[in-house]
Amino acid sequence: MSLIHETDYGTPAPAAERKVTLTIDGASVTVPEGTSVMRAAMEAGVEIPKLCATDMLDAFGSCRVCLVEIEGRGGTPASCTTPVADGMAVRTTSERLERLRRGVMELYLSDHPAGRGEQAGTGQSEFDRLAGEMGLSGSRYGTDGRNHVAPGEGSLNVDYLARDASNPYFEYDPAQCIVCSRCVRACEEVQGTFALTIAGRGFESRMVASMNEDFIESECVSCGACVQACPTDALREKSVLEMGMPERSVVTTCAYCGVGCSFKAEMRGEDVVRMVPYKDGKANHGHSCVKGRFAFGYATHRDRIVKPMIRERVTDPWREVTWEEALAHTAAEFRRIQHRYGRGAVGGITSSRCTNEETYLVQKLVRQGFGNNNVDTCARVCHSPTGYGLGQAFGTSAGTQDFDSVDHADVIVIIGANPAAAHPVFASRMKRRLRQGAKLIVVDPRRTELVRAPHVEAAYHLPLKPGTNVAVITAMAHVIVTEGLFDEAFIRERCDWDEFQDYAAFAAEARNSPEEVEKFSGVPAQAIRGAARLYATGGNGAIYYGLGVTEHSQGSTAVMAIANLAMLTGNIGRPGVGVNPLRGQNNVQGSCDMGSFPHELPGYRHISGEATRAIYESLWGVKLDEEPGLRIPNMLDAAVEGSFKGLYVQGEDILQSDPDTRHVSAGLAAMECVVVHDLFLNETARFAHVFLPGSTFLEKDGTFTNAERRINRVRKVMEPRARYADWEATQELARALGLDWSYGHPGEIMDEIAATTPTFAGVTYDLLDREGSVQWPCNDKAPLGTPVMHVDGFVRGRGRFIRTDYIATDEKTGPRFPLLLTTGRILSQYNVGAQTRRTENVVWHDEDVLEIHPHDAEQRGIRQGDLVRLTSRAGETTLRAEITDKVAPGVVYTTFHHPDTQANVVTTDYSDWATNCPEYKVTAVQVAPTNGPSEWQRDYEAFSRRSRRIARPAEAARATEAAE
Amino acid sequence: MSHEQAHAEARPHAKIVRMANQIGLFFQSKPHREGVAGVAEHINKFWEPRMRRQFFEVVEAGGDDLLPIVREAAAGVRRPA
Repeated sequence: MSLIHETDYGTPAPAAERKVTLTIDGASVTVPEGTSVMRAAMEAGVEIPKLCATDMLDAFGSCRVCLVEIEGRGGTPASCTTPVADGMAVRTTSERLERLRRGVMELYLSDHPAGRGEQAGTGQSEFDRLAGEMGLSGSRYGTDGRNHVAPGEGSLNVDYLARDASNPYFEYDPAQCIVCSRCVRACEEVQGTFALTIAGRGFESRMVASMNEDFIESECVSCGACVQACPTDALREKSVLEMGMPERSVVTTCAYCGVGCSFKAEMRGEDVVRMVPYKDGKANHGHSCVKGRFAFGYATHRDRIVKPMIRERVTDPWREVTWEEALAHTAAEFRRIQHRYGRGAVGGITSSRCTNEETYLVQKLVRQGFGNNNVDTCARVCHSPTGYGLGQAFGTSAGTQDFDSVDHADVIVIIGANPAAAHPVFASRMKRRLRQGAKLIVVDPRRTELVRAPHVEAAYHLPLKPGTNVAVITAMAHVIVTEGLFDEAFIRERCDWDEFQDYAAFAAEARNSPEEVEKFSGVPAQAIRGAARLYATGGNGAIYYGLGVTEHSQGSTAVMAIANLAMLTGNIGRPGVGVNPLRGQNNVQGSCDMGSFPHELPGYRHISGEATRAIYESLWGVKLDEEPGLRIPNMLDAAVEGSFKGLYVQGEDILQSDPDTRHVSAGLAAMECVVVHDLFLNETARFAHVFLPGSTFLEKDGTFTNAERRINRVRKVMEPRARYADWEATQELARALGLDWSYGHPGEIMDEIAATTPTFAGVTYDLLDREGSVQWPCNDKAPLGTPVMHVDGFVRGRGRFIRTDYIATDEKTGPRFPLLLTTGRILSQYNVGAQTRRTENVVWHDEDVLEIHPHDAEQRGIRQGDLVRLTSRAGETTLRAEITDKVAPGVVYTTFHHPDTQANVVTTDYSDWATNCPEYKVTAVQVAPTNGPSEWQRDYEAFSRRSRRIARPAEAARATEAAE
Repeated sequence: MSHEQAHAEARPHAKIVRMANQIGLFFQSKPHREGVAGVAEHINKFWEPRMRRQFFEVVEAGGDDLLPIVREAAAGVRRPA
């Protein structure tokens, strides 16, 4: 297998429909109008030398090596900035062009440490290759220039800048910079952070980060777009400097967030040298964030457990055993428990981190092997209200658009989401559209990054009090209805008119007016009115929302309220509009699609449907239970009550991620067999009796489905460290339970999914290999998938308006708990942090902090960085205070990436009325200065150390103790 | 244990009551008959038999803590086998 080289066309493809025909070196070429001569030449197979041009960036025309001659025009124009014209005759080579290009390259070489041993870098950069192709090894002007020779080598060295190795993942060597501005433009155009610039003039000019700071101190978000763009070794991955250039690459899909970026995993032998975003990836188009590109070190981290382990009691040390013993023990335990406590006493949790195929197998194991429907997934705690809410309104839980749709949006509404931190690659797309002039409305208690970013400013920020989403969104509908801004033609054609009239009457009630809602939401009525008018009248309106909408006791109602807004304004069924849930995990969409919920089979078909059950009953040869199973919180309740005793958890850490940690611990502690199948001894494993080692996304084949319903291939680049990929481990467990499974490859599992699930009917690995990816529904009606949903009509027929009464949560502030806590994520860490905490990303965020408004802090005598105690009716924890006006008075905010903070000790067991999705986003709390960790944290720390002991031979044990 | 928790756990199946009432509150905004049917359908579709069994224990004990719409919907909830 070899290294994949993607063609760089030099400049982006224009969108024009009109074609232009010209000749390049005598050959006729036809390209869209607006194409550069450089791109047209490359499309015709003629590569014009270039340094400052790359097709990820707009043409810049600074390097002067891409010169061409054009018949009838004077001079030698740069081919990157010259658009094609009908009948144009271009010559890309001539003696004059060669002479000019060599002259330019010699000037570059005189100012570049090529051939200077260690300083030269890899010797394999674009710059090095070009110099090599021209046969240049030196320069008429010498190579002892002013700015690239370190002191002590005979130059004045006045302009020499030392290497900056402050970023954990890449180095910047200013000596090698040729000032082509590709990094600066990548930071602006692709990433949208504007952290880089060119400082100085003449020989002094070099790229600098922020105000000439070290990278780590600068505004840089470490997305790596600049490193990818750099044509020299000035910006280079440290892994490449250490390991050398990669030798082979495999296209696969990132395992972090729901954007689902495509990457080339670039390898040397079994080692990943670097992850490079894949330009043909339809979700990311060659861009990535710090997590996907750089934070893969967890895959080989020493904390990984690669041997199965069992123990009798959770207080015992772990004992390493063979796979055979672990699986036989687990099967025997589950059968014993079912025999003693009943068929419904066991269940499983599928993982939104694992592949579709793995998730399908876990739910199949539960339904076919355990004979019940006690299967759930971590979508329970994030987007289950989306499933319910959009299902009610539109007939399917699917997000309505692809990511490319944002390029056509005129008004972007972000509700309860912080894409800059949680979906960074999509945020970059969004920012680009906003810089082009689209308007932005942000509905969020916090002033998130996008409210004001370089060249981006929200037209409206509605800083609502946590828990008042439904009221504020319904107030927007009130404005649209009462001011007659709704799209009557759309509603008459696409929705149920009677239901609309009922809804309109409801929305128009005075209690739903912005003026009334202002009283308890804290959002000025005029801002709600302005935002509603802008969304209704500003052109294509696209709503993007996240867990700030769903994780409430009225989460499902808020999703319906959003669907109402989109239907009212006709913003459904074409590019640029829609209702777009931003999914958290890489495969949360897929795990839901695959029948992970206890009430439905793959493809969102309710378990009570006889026809659907019959499909699986005949294939699996068992009778399926027609009753819905337990959801995760219900499993824990049943465990505490004594009727639920065994749980198989694949790739999820419910103890850290689920709310009300005390309740989760109590539930887990009451079980007799907890099987954790994971990469690490996670928090849940404290209560586990069996540990099955998991495999990373690099160690298996399969598919992930991202937030735009895009099914992307995951490809194995290395052997599983623990012998089995996760799908194989589940298959072995099924066999140990007596099931007759014999999948030889995940492609066969996908064939079974396609054969039984109408929305996946057309999906095969062949199709995915051919097309790169497809968006479901993919079947006879849409053989290449469906980028935009509800184009000619809603899935359920007519769109359904639903009354969305605002009902305040029971979680109320009062004298004891006067502040509202809400939670979220930051860019460099991922969810419970199991992966990112085991990478260098900790340099950006090594602990969770509590954001508190200066007013609230002053009242409590809290200073910046003080240790504070955060208390709710559920529990208490301690963390450091960050004083900021990003949060409003009365609101505090923290992240939940670190287990020693345990934000979920504080969150309550209140949940969404329809789906039991926990109300993470609203907890009444009190904050006070403190001197040390809470009692819970101290006990937990001690318990943590005890529960992680692994019995080893004496020598190894001593070494471990010494290391600690 | 906080005061609220102690209070909540003193009543049998307090969580089931709370969850049922939450569903009831949503469906109260619908026309009455549709709302009652909606509560029953929701519980039938999403509640595992153990939860429905507890629900009936609450109903049969008088269901004083249940909203009227939920009590009324009980007739439409499927009894677990």
